[in-house]
Amino acid sequence: MSGTLCIDGIAVPFSDGQTIIEAARSAGVYIPYLCHRPGYAPYGSCKLCTVKVNGRTNTACTLPAADGQTVISNSPDLQHDRQRITQMLFVEGNHFCPSCEKSGNCQLQAVAYHQNMLDNHYPHFYAQRELDASHPDILIDHDRCIFCNLCVRASKEKDGKEVFGIAGRGIHKRLIVNSPSGKLKDSDISVDDEAAHVCPTGAILVKRSAYLAPIGERIYDHHPISEVACEKAVLDTQAAKGHASCDQAQLAGQVPQNSGSDSHYAASMPPAPDIKHGR
Amino acid sequence: MAAKIKIATTSLAGCFGCHMSFLDIDERLLSLAEVVEFDRSPLTDIEHCGPCDIGLIEGGVCNSENVHVLREFRNNCKILVAVGACAINGGLPALRNFFKLEDCLLEAYQDGIGVDNPQIPNDPELPLLLDKVRPIHEIVKIDYFMPGCPPSADVFWNYLNALIEGRDPTLPYELVHYD
Ligand code: SF4
Ligand code: SF4
Ligand code: FES
Repeated sequence: MSGTLCIDGIAVPFSDGQTIIEAARSAGVYIPYLCHRPGYAPYGSCKLCTVKVNGRTNTACTLPAADGQTVISNSPDLQHDRQRITQMLFVEGNHFCPSCEKSGNCQLQAVAYHQNMLDNHYPHFYAQRELDASHPDILIDHDRCIFCNLCVRASKEKDGKEVFGIAGRGIHKRLIVNSPSGKLKDSDISVDDEAAHVCPTGAILVKRSAYLAPIGERIYDHHPISEVACEKAVLDTQAAKGHASCDQAQLAGQVPQNSGSDSHYAASMPPAPDIKHGR
Repeated sequence: MAAKIKIATTSLAGCFGCHMSFLDIDERLLSLAEVVEFDRSPLTDIEHCGPCDIGLIEGGVCNSENVHVLREFRNNCKILVAVGACAINGGLPALRNFFKLEDCLLEAYQDGIGVDNPQIPNDPELPLLLDKVRPIHEIVKIDYFMPGCPPSADVFWNYLNALIEGRDPTLPYELVHYD
């Protein structure tokens, strides 16, 4: 089935099988996400992509697009919730960006920048988590894991292995490695695996690849994640020409439009960084 | 002439890097000096913070004295700003939170490589260390947060101008950085 849905007053076409978040991205409309990744099975754990669909709360990364849906994404309430979710992710782990190899290329940080998040709001948990530096080429800094499950899915679905898993619930939730010792060095992972490159944060890092791009040339230094996440999809669909608004705009109420929604997806953007560079 | 805006600044568990970055506003300091005057600050010799319009706090809290200074600032400043990563999330000093305080002291003053005359400092004048380093919003109410390690001179300039003019500071995308 294909058709059109309405996101914050913008008419968004979709094709068969697309979720709301992917239909939006293809049209250059950014709905924030962390546990989602284009080309991956939906997982729906981070809740960052929460939107109102016909008045009901849903995750845009799991809900199939359907003709005539009215989606509200950028309402003040939803933006406030997203900020709180992001702040919880920051205080639950240990995110010391100044000393993190991923800084500037990190999706968690970029999502926070996009929200203009200036503080962490909550008391810090200062979780005790161990580093796994046992593997010659790959490092796991559990302090920065947000349990998005992407490495688990990458290993299983893309690499045909099962190197990672998420165990425990709530505050005991943790990323585990499938090996006799529980250490990465005794697992099947190889540095060419997609699982070694998919992490949206600085939790799984390829050794000797840090700080290659100087400050000012990192992915999100000048381009907000709203642009970076959409640009490739938009170039593919040529939706950059501008957005049609939809009649349901009135239904959506006082929702602000995606800011600058047509100008900043211009074709002059640099090419999308590929997966090996931490997109 | 209108009374000058009073600003107090301090570095708690910080490295003074934020203060150095503040000074990076360079010649803009001159125009700032026309409208503000400094109360307690490393730039003055004033020991205790008096009634102020704006307080800038660099660093988190790592000892009892930090807590007292922070409360003194909160009691005296109409607007209190957390300046930099350490004030906001504990920053580098908070890396000691993953070790027992006793182990940190032993490593630094007794068992560490190259320690001369090993002994744990215990002069009663020294402030007691807290069990964990904490960001300042966990101790007092903070009105505004200035991210960055350190916040760039432009961030300082942006915030101070807004606060002096009685506006809420807002940062454009390019100035929001946690590193
Ligand atoms: S993983 Fe991202 S948010 Fe966490 S410390 Fe590294 S750069 Fe910062
Ligand atoms: S290690 Fe990275 S990819 Fe894996 S669950 Fe944690 S944050 Fe997600
Ligand atoms: S992106 Fe939808 S729940 Fe994480």
